[in-house]
Amino acid sequence: MPESLTRAVRWDTVVGALLVVVLLLSFTTVDGFGNALNLSFLIGNTLPIALIALPMTLLVVSGEIDLSVASTAGLSGAVMGALWNQGMAIETIIPVCLLLGVVCGLVNGLLVTRLGLPSLAVTIGTLAAYRGIAQIVLGSDAVTDFPAQYLDFAAGRIGDTFVPYAFLPFLVLLAIAVVALHATPFGRSLFAIGAGEEAARFAGIRVKRQKLILFTMTGLMASLTGVFWALHYASARYDNATGLELSVIAAVLLGGIDFDGGKGTLGGAIAGVFLLGTLQNVMSLVNVSAQSQIVVTGVLLVVSVLGPRVARQTAVARAGRRAAASPPVPSKAPAPTP
Amino acid sequence: MTHPSDTGPAPVLALRDVSKSFGAVRALRDVSLELFAGEVHALAGENGAGKSTLIKTLAGVHRPDAGQVLLDGEPVVFHGPKDARDAGIAVIYQEPTLFPDLSIAENIYMGRQPRRALGRIDHKATHEATTALMRRLGVELDPDRPARGLSIADQQIVEIAKALSFDARVLIMDEPTAALTGSEVARLFGVVRTLRDQGAAVLFISHRLEEIFEICRRVTTLRDGARIASEPLDGMTEDDLVRRMVGRDLEELYPKQDVRPGEVALSVRRLTREGVFTDVSFDVRRGEIVGLAGLVGAGRTEVARAVFGIDRWDAGEVEVEGRRLTNGAPSTAMAAGLALVPEDRRAQGLVMDMSIERNIGLTGLRTTVKAGLVDRGAERSRSLDWALRLQVKYARIADAVSTLSGGNQQKVVLAKWLATGPKVLIVDEPTRGIDVGTKAEVHRLLSQLAADGVAVLMISSDLPEILGMADRVLVMHEGRLTAEIPRTDATEETVMAAATGRAAA
Repeated sequence: MPESLTRAVRWDTVVGALLVVVLLLSFTTVDGFGNALNLSFLIGNTLPIALIALPMTLLVVSGEIDLSVASTAGLSGAVMGALWNQGMAIETIIPVCLLLGVVCGLVNGLLVTRLGLPSLAVTIGTLAAYRGIAQIVLGSDAVTDFPAQYLDFAAGRIGDTFVPYAFLPFLVLLAIAVVALHATPFGRSLFAIGAGEEAARFAGIRVKRQKLILFTMTGLMASLTGVFWALHYASARYDNATGLELSVIAAVLLGGIDFDGGKGTLGGAIAGVFLLGTLQNVMSLVNVSAQSQIVVTGVLLVVSVLGPRVARQTAVARAGRRAAASPPVPSKAPAPTP
Repeated sequence: MTHPSDTGPAPVLALRDVSKSFGAVRALRDVSLELFAGEVHALAGENGAGKSTLIKTLAGVHRPDAGQVLLDGEPVVFHGPKDARDAGIAVIYQEPTLFPDLSIAENIYMGRQPRRALGRIDHKATHEATTALMRRLGVELDPDRPARGLSIADQQIVEIAKALSFDARVLIMDEPTAALTGSEVARLFGVVRTLRDQGAAVLFISHRLEEIFEICRRVTTLRDGARIASEPLDGMTEDDLVRRMVGRDLEELYPKQDVRPGEVALSVRRLTREGVFTDVSFDVRRGEIVGLAGLVGAGRTEVARAVFGIDRWDAGEVEVEGRRLTNGAPSTAMAAGLALVPEDRRAQGLVMDMSIERNIGLTGLRTTVKAGLVDRGAERSRSLDWALRLQVKYARIADAVSTLSGGNQQKVVLAKWLATGPKVLIVDEPTRGIDVGTKAEVHRLLSQLAADGVAVLMISSDLPEILGMADRVLVMHEGRLTAEIPRTDATEETVMAAATGRAAA
């Protein structure tokens, strides 16, 4: 992305390099990390974060956010369990769940675009609401008796390799998302909206429509993740995927997507996702408690917001010092190149 | 009270050989200026001549690269606006910024209200102090009235009162009359004379020459960042002043070609947006440049926004080349051949962090597409082509537009819209805040576009620009079209009369 400014490119390169370093260190120093089974666990457990990170990246690039994704996933899993208990066919249940996700996303999108509410506030509200509905739907039941071939697909791997079956459809979705964000007019308009919404509107970009599409896609992917989660862990409960939004947002920001919108690459975001996934896997292997893992995720979130910002400010300060003899430019823009 | 004279003490505030550059643009070059107590001093110059930079230097916003600011004859360095304010320098801007929900008195004493015991605000003392200030100004305004709903003229009075409450000795008034009616101007001048007689030094900026002659004693003229002269106004004519300001033939700055107007390209019928503008109807023909004049807030920009689809209209219709536009849909307006160069370049015209290439590319996202993907080659050549045609000065096409100067940024906005091949081009303040050279280039470009058959609607607050470029002048006043004046009859007087609502219907 030439125009996403060199510093952003540098940041996602940094994250990519960091991922390689962490992988190498883990291979050489952590017992039990390098075998194919563990690696397939690593990927399988990271897939929920990765799936939601795809639309979340586009959303954050356009200057919005969706905190309700984990609740949508939980709701979708709960509805799946409830319908299964009622004897509905899984082939019918899954489309119903996906449709439900579309509705969840549509509600978020309409509240943001039609009523002009900030997405942070709207989706905190729906985070609670969707989870609440999930609990009403399924109560404290845990549904585990889904058809074996579905469970095998969601939890299994290809032969003795480290590649889970579910990784393949993810790669297809990843490719679609990369093309959509970085090569289509739609994606181009998202960067414009995130970096200057008013200017985007004055350029004829249908800002509200694009955002509505994004929220809807996010709902769809969150419900897909909910279905995958229930099958992968063979358990549909109302509290599935609780707190997942924290991991997704931490990973996306870690990958260099600017919280203020308009900057970043999907490659960086996915590198951030797998960096986080690898850290979580390693922490489990060396017996760090689940609670401590959440602390680490939280710290990473803060670091990932601070990191690119500090890097940028250092760059600006350096440019400022270079231009110290000449006057400051009366804008927040970097000084004109001589 | 005695009036100080030129032979008296040192000037209250002075600039000595001050220079200031922004990047490659030299905004001020060795400019000197003296302001004496008890005088109203005019600062004249075209847009982009350096007036704003000079004001901001006096107000402590900018620090000079070279030269000195002198206060009572002593060199001072202002590290920020607060330093200047503490030194008794106040700036009154064209559009004051008051807190709408606070009262006049609270606005004036914001953050430094008189206190009673336990730190409680003493409303009575605040009220009385404000009343005293208003009496000094000879103006009747209720201190307890909220600022919301005050006219711009009254808001300026509040700002002036606030300045007095800081014991301001120097008052800088940046185009204070631009948005005022005739009687409001008269009242403002009454206040200015009162302040002058009380010993204040006033620096007065206005595009209306007759006002300069009415209220000022001396004038300093700036052109291209340099001082041309500082002299008494006695014995000068308006023509003398214009010659000093412009310093060149007007024909060169306004290279308007004569074009025979063709078919109607833009037709606006009875367009109304409630509370904003009412019953606006006009046509713009191919090859025509139609000027849209009026005071700030008359509704010109709002009409343009509605026509392009940024805001919805409540009644009426708009046609481009016979195609009716959808209400509130910029994308269909673009498809019909309409382009809008908006007034706020930084927020509306450009995505500042994006590259020149992509900014120009934004208007082509529907056209430079191959198999559903952005055709990067086509996008780049389109951007390079238009940047070259408009002679944008840049280092690399992939540089962020924020690195360009204001004039070059404006060219990028024009490039981005001309690249769509518009049939109708609306430009809103196309030369605001850009230097004289670029201004002439923009005018030449608009004239050439009209000659090529584009219908141009030009909104401008720069009256000479309207008079110099427009085939016809439409004038708006308080949300209505009040006059349509052909080029031959358009003068400052006829346009201003219609703009201030004094025109005979």
